[in-house]
Amino acid sequence: MRRLTWRPARLTALRDETGSARTLVFRVPDWPGHLAGQHVDVRLTADDGYSAQRSYSVAAPADGDTVELTVERVPDGEVSPYLTEVMEPGDQVEIRGPVGGWFVWRPESTSPVLLVAGGSGIVPLMAMIRARRRAGSRVPFRLLYSLREPGSRYYAEELRRPDAGLDVGYIYTRAAPDGWPRPAGRILLDDLAEGGWPAGFEPECYVCGPTGFVEATADLLLALGHAPERIRTERFGPTGD
Amino acid sequence: MGIISRGFQGRRRGDDDRLPPGQYLVDDFPVLSTGPTPRIPLERWEFAIDTEAGQTHRWSWPELMALPQETPTVDIHCVTKWSKLGTGWQGVSLDTLFEDVESAAEYALAYSYGGYTTNLPLEDLLDGKAWIVHKFDGEELEPRHGGPARLLVPHLYLWKSAKWIHGIRLLDEDWPGFWETAGYHNYGDPWREQRYEGD
Amino acid sequence: MTAEHLDGNSLAGPLSEIFAVDVTAAVGRCASCGLTGPVAELRVYGPEPGLVARCPGCDEVVLRLVRGPGAAWLDLRGAVSLRVRLPE
Repeated sequence: MRRLTWRPARLTALRDETGSARTLVFRVPDWPGHLAGQHVDVRLTADDGYSAQRSYSVAAPADGDTVELTVERVPDGEVSPYLTEVMEPGDQVEIRGPVGGWFVWRPESTSPVLLVAGGSGIVPLMAMIRARRRAGSRVPFRLLYSLREPGSRYYAEELRRPDAGLDVGYIYTRAAPDGWPRPAGRILLDDLAEGGWPAGFEPECYVCGPTGFVEATADLLLALGHAPERIRTERFGPTGD
Repeated sequence: MGIISRGFQGRRRGDDDRLPPGQYLVDDFPVLSTGPTPRIPLERWEFAIDTEAGQTHRWSWPELMALPQETPTVDIHCVTKWSKLGTGWQGVSLDTLFEDVESAAEYALAYSYGGYTTNLPLEDLLDGKAWIVHKFDGEELEPRHGGPARLLVPHLYLWKSAKWIHGIRLLDEDWPGFWETAGYHNYGDPWREQRYEGD
Repeated sequence: MTAEHLDGNSLAGPLSEIFAVDVTAAVGRCASCGLTGPVAELRVYGPEPGLVARCPGCDEVVLRLVRGPGAAWLDLRGAVSLRVRLPE
């Protein structure tokens, strides 16, 4: 039996992804490992004992004692401003996990994969992309990444680099780069019909983002004939700070 | 106590003797929900008091508006530890609504549109301690805060102030409500920090 | 209106304090309308004052979980059964 316990986690590195999002790399002694798509709970404790905790998706596959998170700063949030603005290497939090066994991708899986990300919903999907690369999997992946404007893109460099068997498409909802063929706007049926897989290929679909985005995307995938049991969703709510 | 995160303060602030133990002050008005927000058209809205003898007293929206209105200014305390001081409301005192109600019941169960319930002793609803309110800060009460109308019982934790109030059932025996059957305290006095069952 | 809830994936941490297996991948049946699906696909409201998981088909309460100091309260009355995948 695996008992879920809080473990001390020390920050070893940080990287800014955008003006408001930061990747944090923690060292967690005796970390049991995790699957791409799982999340962890992070707990902060003040010197008077007050504590607050939040749940975050892991951004990279298991690698020894390392746990990598990408956190979007929520204005007026309680935990995310600390993680993205205050924390420095050497500082500590507590982490417990991993948790979640539904929204996960396993490297031994052989079905084609469609990933649809809305904003910071890219994080667990990036863990899947990285897990595929690390495992040397040949399973074809397609990523459709919906975001407000080019500046809000996470992992921009890494996603630009060619990765055999991974196609990446962007949907800009507010402002597209100059000359971008698709006008800015919300995700539509055509985006998924052109940038996804035909339902007949029986892909595993993973959709992650804000609740409204996830509901709309899942409905579109159903309309395209994808079976409900092959559409896995994860929603970020208003309290995800 | 866990490992301390250097420089973490959290959202708490303010020492004030109007704050019950363990509470902190907020300026915003957090929204906590147990389900989808009900939308109730005013022409269909109704409030009822059901007595233990099987009598029902009903008020439509215009009937509620025609009753004497009060404007209580009160402190409110949520069991999740936030408090707001000096909040301004408008509504009808439950003393007014209970004027023609005959009952020997000791307990009340408030029930809401959407299925929420909460229980409290009937005496905690009377003698100027509780209202059916429909305005907050001079504005119509928003649906996310319980509009068109909610119960307001400020001397107990705010989960007792049922949003989207639909009626009050009077009972001879106590009938625990939604949170009271899931670990929260049956009475919920913030000054005695009665948060959970057994506190 | 749809932006208020999370989904059953967010129950993974709180439930793994109680259960040794991951319950979010378990398949349950709604006691109210009979809809069958993984716990991960429930609509979840909370986390405070407690987690309330509702059926995506009929919005009835399937599961409630309150975590207090030193105790958790779990109400599963809205689920007819949970099918949990286990190793042989």
